Amino acid sequence: MESIKDKVAIVGMGCTRFGERWDMGVEDLLVEAAYEAFQDAGIEPNVIQAAWIGTVFSGMSAMTLAPLGLQYIPITRVENMCATGSEALRAASYAIAAGVCDIALAIGVEKLKDSGQTGVKGPAIVGDNTDGSSAIGSGYSAPASFAYLGTRYFSHYNIDRDEGKRLLAEIAVKNHYNGSLNPKAHFHNILTVEQVIKAPIVAWPLGLFDCCGVSDGAAAAIVTRADMAKNFRSDPVYIKGLAISAGARQGSMRQDYDYVHVDENVRAAQQVYAEAGIKDPRKEICCAEVHDCFTAHELVVYEDLGFSPRGRAREDIEAGTFTLKGEIPINTDGGLKCFGHPLGASGLRMMYEVYLQLQGKAGPRQVKNPRLGMTHNLGGNAGAGIGCCVVAGNEKG
Amino acid sequence: MAGITSIGVYIPRYRLSLEEIGRMWQTRGASGEKAIAGYDEDTVTMAVAASLDCMKQIGKDVDSLYLATVTAPYKEKQSAALVAGAADLRKTCHTVDFTNTLRAGTTAMKAALDAIKGGSAGQVLVVASDCRIGAPKGRFEQLLGDGAAAVMIGSDNIIAEIEGAHSIFSDFTDLWRMEKDAFVQSGEGRFIDEAGYIPTMRETVTELMEKYSLTPGDFTKIVFYAPDSRAYAGLAKTLGFVKDQIQEPFFGQIGNTGTAAAVIMLTAALEEAIPGDRILFAGYGDGADAFILRVTDNISRIKSALLMKDRLTVRVPVDYGRYLVWRNLVPVEPSGLPERAEPSLAARWRERKTIRALYGAKCRKCGTPQIHPIGQISRICVTCQAKDDFENYKFSDKTGKLFTYAIDQLQPTLNPPALNGVIDFDGGGRLICELTDYDLTRVSTGMAVEMTFRKLSQGKGIVNYFWKAKPI
Repeated sequence: MESIKDKVAIVGMGCTRFGERWDMGVEDLLVEAAYEAFQDAGIEPNVIQAAWIGTVFSGMSAMTLAPLGLQYIPITRVENMCATGSEALRAASYAIAAGVCDIALAIGVEKLKDSGQTGVKGPAIVGDNTDGSSAIGSGYSAPASFAYLGTRYFSHYNIDRDEGKRLLAEIAVKNHYNGSLNPKAHFHNILTVEQVIKAPIVAWPLGLFDCCGVSDGAAAAIVTRADMAKNFRSDPVYIKGLAISAGARQGSMRQDYDYVHVDENVRAAQQVYAEAGIKDPRKEICCAEVHDCFTAHELVVYEDLGFSPRGRAREDIEAGTFTLKGEIPINTDGGLKCFGHPLGASGLRMMYEVYLQLQGKAGPRQVKNPRLGMTHNLGGNAGAGIGCCVVAGNEKG
Repeated sequence: MAGITSIGVYIPRYRLSLEEIGRMWQTRGASGEKAIAGYDEDTVTMAVAASLDCMKQIGKDVDSLYLATVTAPYKEKQSAALVAGAADLRKTCHTVDFTNTLRAGTTAMKAALDAIKGGSAGQVLVVASDCRIGAPKGRFEQLLGDGAAAVMIGSDNIIAEIEGAHSIFSDFTDLWRMEKDAFVQSGEGRFIDEAGYIPTMRETVTELMEKYSLTPGDFTKIVFYAPDSRAYAGLAKTLGFVKDQIQEPFFGQIGNTGTAAAVIMLTAALEEAIPGDRILFAGYGDGADAFILRVTDNISRIKSALLMKDRLTVRVPVDYGRYLVWRNLVPVEPSGLPERAEPSLAARWRERKTIRALYGAKCRKCGTPQIHPIGQISRICVTCQAKDDFENYKFSDKTGKLFTYAIDQLQPTLNPPALNGVIDFDGGGRLICELTDYDLTRVSTGMAVEMTFRKLSQGKGIVNYFWKAKPI
C-alpha cells in the first residue's frame, strides 16, 4: 500500500467569513471561497479538471456547485457528517495521486442559518425511515451527546464539578482569544473563565460557551501534483497524510468503551502519523486545528491525538501548552468555538488556517517556524463516530 | 375453585395537590392530593407496569389479558394488545379491551371468572388503568387521579377465592363523554348519587348477600367503587357496614382513578387480609358487579411484595403549570431545535420486538448481549463480527448502571430538562436512552436503574412507545 505523503500539494485556498451570513446564499458562499482560492493559486476557473463539493444539508449532488459555472467537468458531492469538508479534500487529493487529474478543487459549504433553527438536525440514518431518525432513536441534542464525555471524564479522573467546569472553561477562553485575532471568525469576543463557568447550562456539564455556534460558511482548496506545485507558487503546502476511521457504534453498544477517549480519533491519528512518518506528535506537530464542537471533546482530543499522555490533559491545560505561545498551539484560528460549525465547510476551514500557518501568513496568530500542521474532525459522536485527520507540511520529504 | 392468584399495582409518583389547584383558580381548595401520570405515561404504560408487577412472583403463564379502561389512547386500535406486547406475553394470549364504563374493571373480572370456570382459560390477567382528565377549574379536576391495578384470575394457588358474584345493568346517565368531549360530563351531583349510584349499588350488594345468605357481619371488609369520599361513606353506612369493615379508599392520596379505583382498593385490602377473611367487592358504572371473596392460606405469599403504603410514600409534587403542559391543556412555544423525525410505521414494525419488550440479541459465538435503538435487528456482532449468529435477548427485565449521562436543556420534552444516559446492563449490553422518574439532584454515574415502558413522543397521530431507564 502506498502512502499519500508528498504526492499532492495545496496551491491555493479560500475561506469566507463565517457567521450568520443573512446576506449570502449557498451560491454566494461557494463563489466567495472558490474565487479566493483561484486568486491565491493564480489560476482561472477553467483550469480546474475535477471538483468535489462537500455538504451535509445544503445541497444534493454535483448541482450544488453549479453556481461556480464550471464547464462540464466531473463534480461529485461528498458527505461524511462533520468530516465532510476534509472528505472533499481527501477525494480530490486521491484523484491527483491517482494521476487521473492534475488540478482539482475541494470545496465545502454549509448554510445552517436559513433554517431559522438554533441547532443542527441529525442526518438521515441509512436503513431507517429516510426523514431523519428511527422511531425509537435517541432524541437528545448534539451537546448532550458530548456531555457524556465530560461527565465521565470528571468521574473517571475524580475531578469535582467545579474543577471540571474550570478545566473546560480554560479551553473555551483559549479558543475565544484566538478567534478575537481572526477577522474571518464568527465570534471575536474575549471570554473570562468566570464568564464561561457562569453561562447558562446547555447540557451539563456543558454551558453556552462550551458549545460551538451555528453558522454559515464555505472554504476551498486547489490541489495539484506535488511535482507541479512550484509552478503555481513558491510556498505550497504538501499533504503528508489523510486518514479516516469510521466506527461501527462499538462504543454505544459495548461496555468496554470508557467515554474518556474516542477510538475513532485515536485510530485516525495513528493512521495519519504512520502515513506521515510522525513518531512523536507532541514534538513534531507544530499546530493543530481540532474538532472543538464542545470543549469536553477538545479535552479528550488532546489525549486521543497523543499531544497529552492519557489522563494528563488537565496538566497541559493548566500549563498553557495549547495556547498560541504554548508548546503546541491548538485551534489557533479560534476553532469551531469561534467559527461555528457549518459541517461541510469546517474541515477545509481548518486546513485554511494550517495552510496560512505553514506559509507564515497567520498574522497575530502566527506560530513560530511551523513545519507540520494538522487538522482533525469527528463526525457523529463519542461511541458512534467517524474520526478524520489530515497532516500537511511546508517542506517536501 | 376460581379466584385471585396474584395482585399488582402502579401508582404514578407525581402528585397535584388540591391546594395547588385552589391557588390557581383562587378558590379554597379542598385538602389532599391526587396522583397524576407523568408526562410520558398513559393508560397503556401504567397498565404495563401494573401487569409486570402482578406477574413478578408467579410468572407469565397467561391465557388472556383483559384491559379495563375508559381512557384508551386509541379510539380504534386495541390497548390490551399493546400491553400484552410490552409485557411479553405469548402470542396466543387472548387480548380484550373492556371499556366505555367505569365498571369495566369488575366486568373484566367477571368475564375472567367465567372463562376460568368454563375451562377456556387457565389464568387471566385483568388489568384496570385510567388517566381521566377533568375540565380545568371543575369539580372533576379535583377528583380524578391516575393509576392502575392488576389481578390474576386462575384456579391454582389462589390467594382469594371468588365465592360468588352478582351483576345488574342500569342504563343511567350519570357520567359520559361523547366523541368530541375532551372532559368527563356529568349530571347534577345529588341526582346522580341519589337516583343512580346509591340505589344501584345497594340493590346489587343486597341481592348478592341474599343470594348467598350472608349479612354485613359475615364480611371482614367491604371494598367498592365510589365517585368520591362522601358517596363512599354514605353507601357503606346505608348498606349496614361499620367503620372497621370499610376499606380505605385513598381519595385524598390518589384521587378517583376510574376503572382502576376499586381494583387498587381491593389489592390494598388483600395485602392486609388474613386467611379466612371474607371481602365484599363491588364495581359501579351503568349497573354494578359485586363479588364475595374468601382469603386463603396462600395470602401469606404476597406479604413480601411492595405494599400500598410503601407505594404511596414516593410523592413528587407537580405545579399546576406543569400539569397543564403534561396534559396538553395549554399550547406552549415549540422548541427552536430541529424537530424530531416522525416515527415511520414501517420502521416501528421492523423494530417491533425491541419496541415491545426491549429485545436485543446475544451473539452465540462470543456471548455479547447487544442492542441499539437505531437499526435494531443485529446482523453482525458488535464484538466478534460473527454474521447472523444470535439468539434473542431481552433487556426490559434487566437492571443496569448509569455509566455516564447528560442533562439536556435543548431536547424537546414536556418535562425539561431531559436526562439521557448510557446504561450498562447487569449481565452485559449497553444502551443509550432517556431516563425518567428521576430526582436530578441525586443523579450520578454508577446509579442503579431498571427499564420502564413509556411514551417517547407522539406524532402522525400515533403514540410512539419505547423503554426508558429509571432509578431503582
